[in-house]
Amino acid sequence: MAAAKKEPFIRLAKRDVMPVGKKIAVRLISLAIALIVCGLLIFSITGINPLEVYSTMIKGAFGTKTRVWATVKEMMMLACIAIGLAPAFKMRFWNIGAEGQVLIGGIVTAGCMIYLKPLPPVLLFAIMFVGSAIAGALWGLLPAIFKAKYNTNETLFTLMMNYVAIQLTSFFVAKWENPFGSNTVGIINQNGQEGWFPAVFGSRYFISVVLVLLLAVLMFVYLKYTKHGYEISVVGESENTARYAGISVGWVVIRTMLVSGALCGLAGFMAVAGASHTISTSTAGGRGFTAIIVAWLAKFDSATMLLISLLLAFLQSGAGEIASKCKLNSYASEMITGIILFFILGSEFFINFRVIMRGKKEKEEN
Amino acid sequence: MSEAVISLSNVTKSFGEVLANDNVSMDIYKGEILSLLGENGSGKTTLMNMLSGIYYPDSGEIKVNGKTVNIRDPKDAFACGIGMVHQHFKLVDVFTAAENVVVGIKQKGHFDLRSVAAGIREICDKYGFVMDPDKKVYDMSVSEKQTLEIIKVIYRGADILILDEPTAVLTPQETEKLFSVIRNMKKDGKTVVIITHKLHEVLSISDRVAILRKGAYIDAVATKDATEESLTEMMVGEKVELNIERPEVKDKKLRLKVEHLSCYNADGVKMLDDVNFEAFSGEILGIAGVSGNGQKELLESVAGLQNTMPGASIEYYSPEDEKSRELIGLTPRKIRELGVHLSFVPEDRLGMGLVGSMGMSENMMLKDYSEGNSIFTDKQKPKELAEQILKELKVVTPGISTPVRRLSGGNVQKVLVGREIAASPAVLMTAYAVRGLDINTSYTIYRLLNEQKTSGVAVIYVGEDLDVLMELCDRILVLCGGRVSGILDGKSAKKEDIGRLMTTYGGGKENK
Repeated sequence: MAAAKKEPFIRLAKRDVMPVGKKIAVRLISLAIALIVCGLLIFSITGINPLEVYSTMIKGAFGTKTRVWATVKEMMMLACIAIGLAPAFKMRFWNIGAEGQVLIGGIVTAGCMIYLKPLPPVLLFAIMFVGSAIAGALWGLLPAIFKAKYNTNETLFTLMMNYVAIQLTSFFVAKWENPFGSNTVGIINQNGQEGWFPAVFGSRYFISVVLVLLLAVLMFVYLKYTKHGYEISVVGESENTARYAGISVGWVVIRTMLVSGALCGLAGFMAVAGASHTISTSTAGGRGFTAIIVAWLAKFDSATMLLISLLLAFLQSGAGEIASKCKLNSYASEMITGIILFFILGSEFFINFRVIMRGKKEKEEN
Repeated sequence: MSEAVISLSNVTKSFGEVLANDNVSMDIYKGEILSLLGENGSGKTTLMNMLSGIYYPDSGEIKVNGKTVNIRDPKDAFACGIGMVHQHFKLVDVFTAAENVVVGIKQKGHFDLRSVAAGIREICDKYGFVMDPDKKVYDMSVSEKQTLEIIKVIYRGADILILDEPTAVLTPQETEKLFSVIRNMKKDGKTVVIITHKLHEVLSISDRVAILRKGAYIDAVATKDATEESLTEMMVGEKVELNIERPEVKDKKLRLKVEHLSCYNADGVKMLDDVNFEAFSGEILGIAGVSGNGQKELLESVAGLQNTMPGASIEYYSPEDEKSRELIGLTPRKIRELGVHLSFVPEDRLGMGLVGSMGMSENMMLKDYSEGNSIFTDKQKPKELAEQILKELKVVTPGISTPVRRLSGGNVQKVLVGREIAASPAVLMTAYAVRGLDINTSYTIYRLLNEQKTSGVAVIYVGEDLDVLMELCDRILVLCGGRVSGILDGKSAKKEDIGRLMTTYGGGKENK
C-alpha cells in the first residue's frame, strides 16, 4: 500500500536561470572535483603524488617553447573544426562528418603540394586554400542536398561520408607512397618546403593561429549579426517557423553545410600544409568528433570554443607527458581526460536542475 | 456530502521561480462531481498531477481515506484508487484499445486479451460507453480516444477519476454524451474531478466547484449557489464584463475569395475538399469545426504554406487598387513581395509563429528581416517595435531580449498578435487565438480583433469555443471533413445547428 512507502530518495527539479557568476563557480568546482578524483585515483593505483602528476602535465603542455606551440597547434586544429561545425549544429543539422571533410581538405592540399610544386608560393597557397575549402564544402554539400530534397537522416549520411573519405585517403596514400614500400606518403617536399606554412615570429604555426582567430571572429559576426545567421537560428529552432517566415529551409541547409564543410576542409589544409606536411588516414585523428563536444559545450560561441579547445589540447599534451614521465601508460592519460570531461559535462546538469534529497529541504550544488 | 475521500493540506509545488501551487488545502468528498475551476496557469493541472503521481509536492500532506500517503508515481496513485485522464492522451497509436488498457500493468505470463476485452465491454455496458476493444488507436476519433482513456483508468480500478479539460476537444453533442457517462459513474459511487475553465459546463455537471487562482486555493461553493458571474469573479479576482462586443459591419468590401480549394496532407489524406468562401473587409468571419477538420490547412493554404490541388484559386483584393492577385502556388515571401498585406497568427505559437529561443525584439523581424540589401540584420527597428508592443499590450516579461519561450502563454500570444497587427494587414487570419489564455487576455484579444475589424481589416477567426464564435463573429463558416458544411449568420446562428454542421456535412440534410 502506498501509505507505507517513503518519500522518494532523490528528486529533481528544474532550476531557475542561474546567475552567470554562479554558473562559472559550479564549473570551476566541478573541475576541482575532477582533479581531486583523478588525484585520488592516481595515488591509489600508483602511489605517485598527484601534485607531481599535475605539474608534469603542465610541463608537458607548456614546459618548453616547442611544447607550447604544439599545444597551440592542437588547440587551433580543434577550434577550426569546431568553428566549422558551429553553424551546422546551430541549425540542428547533425554534421558528424567533420572527420571526412577534414580529410578531403587534406587530400586536396597534399595533392596541390605534390603536383603544383613549381608554382610561385603565393599562387600555390591560394590554390591550396581555395581547393581545400571547396573540397570540404562539396563533402558537406552531398548530405545537405539529400537532406533538403529527400529529408534523409544527415547523421548517418555524414557519418558514412567519413568512411568514404578514409578510403579515398588510403587510395591516395598508396598512390603517393614515398619512399616506395613504406605505405606512407612521407614528408612532402622535404627539401624545398614548397607549400609549407612559412615560419613567422619563429613558429610555423603562427599563420594557423592568425587564420583560426580570424575565422573565429568572422563566425561570431556571421552567426550573430548577419541575415544568414538569423536564418540559421530560425531553421534550427523550428522548420515550421522558418517556412512561416518565408525562409527557404532547403536552401539554408545547403548554404550552411557549404560553409561548414568549407571550414572543416580548411582545417585539413592547416593540418597538412601547416603542421604535419603529410597525409594519412589519421590526419583528422578523431578531432572531427572531439570538435563536436567543443562546439556544443561552447553553445557555438567563438571565444568559448577557443577556450574549450585550449583545455582539451592541454589535457592531451599534458596527459601524454605523464604517460611517459610517470611510467603510466597512455590509458592513464585517457582516463584523466575522461574523468575531467565527465565532471565538466556533468556540471551542466547541476546548472539546469536542483537535486532534492529525502528529508532535506533542498541541496545546492554538486 | 459525506466524508472526504481525498484531503490535501498545505500542498505546495514550485517550478523554478514559478509557484504553481501555494499552500493548497482542500477536500474532495466521496461520490461527488467536483469541478476544479481556474484560469490557465492557476495550478489546477499541477495540483491534480500530484494526486496522480506525475509530480511530487515540495511540501504538504495528502490523505486518501484518512490515511497519509506518499504518491510517488502513477502506480502509487492507482494503489490509492486515483486515476487521471490527461488533456494530452497517453495512448500507443499502433495498439488496440484492449492492448492500451493493459499496457504497463505488471503481470506474469501472457496477457489474456480476451478477458481484457470482456472487462472493457462490461465497463462499457455499465456506464454507457461505446468501444470496440479490437480497434486500433490510430483509427479512433478524438472522442473515442478519450473514452478509451477513461475506460483505462476504470479498468485499473480507479474510484476517483480526474479528468483534465475533457471537453476541450469535443463537440457539444459529444460533451453531452460524456456528461451522461460521468453522471452514471457518480451513481455507481465513483468520485469525479473535472478540471475546466468553461463556466457553463461547471454549472451543468458538477455538485461543487473549487476555485484556484494563481496557484492559491480560493474557495469551494455548491454549484446550485453559483452563477457564471460569481464564479468568474472568484476565478479572476475582480468583476469581469463577460460580454463580447460585435460592432456593426461597415464598408464591406471583398478582400479574399477562395474557390475550389482542395489539398492533401503528408499521409495522403484529403484535408480540404472543394472549399469556397469569401472574406470581406470590416467583418469577422468565424471558422468553426472539430479540431483537425481542415482549419489548419485552410489558413496555411492562404498563407502559402500548403501545397494545393490544381484548379484552386485564392484571390486577394488589395485595398489600395482593388485589383485581385492570385496567391495559389506562391511562397510566403513571394506573397509578401507582391504587396499582399496578409497577417497570420498560427495555432502553434512557439512552433510556427515565433522563435522560442529568441527575445521579443528578434522575433519582431521574423517576417521582414530580409528586407534591404545589407547582409546584416537591422536590430534597431525591431527593438523599437518590441518596446512599443510591450507598452501597448502590457506584455509581462523581464525584458525584450528574454527568450519568449519563458513568457506565459498569454504574453506569448500578445507578442505574436502584436507583431501581426503591427504589419497593418488587410487580411488577418487567427487560429485558436485565445486557446489557453486567461479571461482578461482573451478579452484583450477580442478587443484587438474588433479594432482591426472596425478599421477595415478582413478578420478570419478560427475558434473552438462556440459561444465566443457566436458572440464575436459576423458570419460563421463551419468545416466538416475538410468541406464547407455551412455558412451561418453570427447573430442568428444556434449552437445546436453549428454542432450538427460540425459533425455531419450539411448538418445531415442531403443538400449537395
